[in-house]
Amino acid sequence: MTEGEPPGAGRMEVERQPEVSRRRFLAGTATGAAVPLAATLPGAPAAAAAPAVPEASPVDLVVNGQAHRLALDIRTTLLDALRDGLGLTGTKKGCDHGQCGACTVHLDGRRVLSCLTLAAVADGHEVTTIEGLEQADGSLHPMQQAFVDTDALQCGYCTPGQIMSAVACVAEGHAGSDAEIREYMSGNLCRCGAYPNIVAAIRRAAPKES
Amino acid sequence: MQPFAYTRAADPAMAVRAARDAGRRGEAVPFPGHAGAPGQFLGGGTTLLDLMKLDVMRPALLVDINGLGAGPAGRISAGPDGLRLGAMATMAETEAHEAVRRDYPVIAQALAQAASPQLRNMARLGGNVLQRTRCAYFRNTSWPCNKRRPGSGCAAIGGQNRQHAVLGTSEQCIASYPGDFANALLALDATVEVLGPQGARSLPMARLHRQPGERPDVETDLQPAEMITAFTVPAAPRTRRSLYLKIRDRDSYAFALASAAVVLDLADGRVRGSGIALGGVATIPWRAVHAEEVLLGRPLTERSAEEAAEAAFALAIPREHNAFKLDLGRQCLVRALLQAAELEVRG
Repeated sequence: MTEGEPPGAGRMEVERQPEVSRRRFLAGTATGAAVPLAATLPGAPAAAAAPAVPEASPVDLVVNGQAHRLALDIRTTLLDALRDGLGLTGTKKGCDHGQCGACTVHLDGRRVLSCLTLAAVADGHEVTTIEGLEQADGSLHPMQQAFVDTDALQCGYCTPGQIMSAVACVAEGHAGSDAEIREYMSGNLCRCGAYPNIVAAIRRAAPKES
Repeated sequence: MQPFAYTRAADPAMAVRAARDAGRRGEAVPFPGHAGAPGQFLGGGTTLLDLMKLDVMRPALLVDINGLGAGPAGRISAGPDGLRLGAMATMAETEAHEAVRRDYPVIAQALAQAASPQLRNMARLGGNVLQRTRCAYFRNTSWPCNKRRPGSGCAAIGGQNRQHAVLGTSEQCIASYPGDFANALLALDATVEVLGPQGARSLPMARLHRQPGERPDVETDLQPAEMITAFTVPAAPRTRRSLYLKIRDRDSYAFALASAAVVLDLADGRVRGSGIALGGVATIPWRAVHAEEVLLGRPLTERSAEEAAEAAFALAIPREHNAFKLDLGRQCLVRALLQAAELEVRG
């Protein structure tokens, strides 16, 4: 507390509520989003006109090595299926139009935008999200650790997408110089402007990954 | 996003049949081109899903053709006759292909400077050339737009038109074609192979896109349920002396303000032939035939390059906010021509 401030203004103690964190609350409410399963199957002969009332279709997703069967409105994007269907809220929704990179995940090992991928298109393919980068012993992936070590974020909203893209950037062999990293990370925008530290994080993690 | 039906196709013929049947049983509205057809092919989806979320496109059926990528439609092959690019190859695969990089650098460079790595992993070549304009009035359903709703008017002509076209425009539409790869194909005299309900056909790349004229909603020569299956590029020594130069508001991940695809055939210091296509400045991938005529038989110097660029933009019509594209487009082409002339080309 600094001089002249009313007592209590400097250090407000907020009572912690350990049971309901924001993250858990959102994840908990999200899983109810799946709609009832109906008879239409992807791959069945095409219904000609679009159905007036969307029916649910079964979609099989393998996410971070785990198989899931979801009943989804066929319009559901992979992003919404991950967040609302599986409660994996690490993948972020930024622009929802393929312009910002916040929703980047790996599909069969290649980085893609989950906001412009239908969940049905990902059926039968391997999806890796930020939650899947953690090592078996619970320690962070070298890229995650490098982002922490170089302070490569401010608000953190774009960070999961940045990290998923960064891991792919190194795996593709595009982390040879700062200029190359900037070029191959250009699909991930950061409104806070943490770019210099993001480049530093990738340079730091690159030799450990490859 | 409007509801739609979804099906997967195991081969191109099945995909075409599914898309055709959607048209037959769909609404009784005539569909003058492929973009408004009720049955749409879903590849990478990077244009289609974006525009469906904006309610600009409202297909009744999506035919998922991603499974075709593993077959012949996804294959890239290069031989003595030329290059064959399966339409289901991704932008990233094509950009990384050794023969493409070595013998057709204009293709690799156009792809590498387009979109972002994530989008290039998703987008497939056939869909890429069909990507639709980034005109903000086209993308926002609260504005009039002759391309989106024929006859409703053009909000861009008297509006914010900095990004819009100066070549190939009409009083109905000035929306610019946003792509890069198509310009490279055009400069290389590529051919487009198409499969449709009536069977297979092929057409020159130069005939794929249509200028807006009176019907901005008809963007290509493709009919409903027609699918691009491949692009072929004839082999020629000059394809190695080719490059793509792209000018944009930021260094990476932006659409072109002006771009130039240049393919040069130099013999004894003179231009024996060339292929020049411009991006960012026109309503369609723009073949600069007048520039090519200016260069024919002459040495490629700063002077001849400037005359060619002058010819390329002689018929340009600038609007309130995009007049800068004339200068920028000319300078872009001059620099591209001079750089192509300087290239050290092996055998």
